[in-house]
Amino acid sequence: MIEITRDEIDVEAVTKSAYSDASGAVVTFLGTARQDKDGKNLVTLDYDAYPEMAVKKMEQVRDEIIERWPADQVSIVHRFGPVGVRVVSVAIAISCPHRKEAFEACEYAIDRIKEIVPVWKKEVYEDGSEWVEQLGK
Amino acid sequence: MITVKFFATAADVVQQRQLEMELKCPQSVSGFLDILCSEHPGLEKLRPAVRVAVNHEYVQEEALIHDGDEVAIIPPVSGGRG
Repeated sequence: MIEITRDEIDVEAVTKSAYSDASGAVVTFLGTARQDKDGKNLVTLDYDAYPEMAVKKMEQVRDEIIERWPADQVSIVHRFGPVGVRVVSVAIAISCPHRKEAFEACEYAIDRIKEIVPVWKKEVYEDGSEWVEQLGK
Repeated sequence: MITVKFFATAADVVQQRQLEMELKCPQSVSGFLDILCSEHPGLEKLRPAVRVAVNHEYVQEEALIHDGDEVAIIPPVSGGRG
């Protein structure tokens, strides 16, 4: 399951999509919006995305994981548009035969998503907004 | 004619998300950026940080743009959380 969506992410569906007969471990990572940063009051996050390319780059992340780890299923769902505090903006679920490689692969997935998937986060405060930028690699 | 897409800070600077551009093709990405920045001077300060994608794939500045391509200005990405 590789998707970019404006809708709420069904976390359980993402996790279950990674279940497989060959796997003894499924690791799910959820990214959620947090309230406070630098003492400012975050109202919401507003994600911009290049949807067609985002899907292609998430598929690339999946393929890189399958090359490096014995992953059976790799699911990545990313939201765009407004996302409130405590709401899931990205969900990743990866199944592997054993837990160690599933944890490693999941950490790689979120790091890599932040590098290459064209999604941009704007933090909206009560008194303004700003794009969050990290230099890509 | 090519299609140029802008996102996040780049869309704010040019105040649009997409435009059609007459471009002498094939044209290098760096040549394209020179022309784009001359038409939209606000992009110049973003230029060191942006990547360019042609038809949904990141390319280097020496890559060539062809007629009909979709070219995107990709500011530093910030997806995910945590």
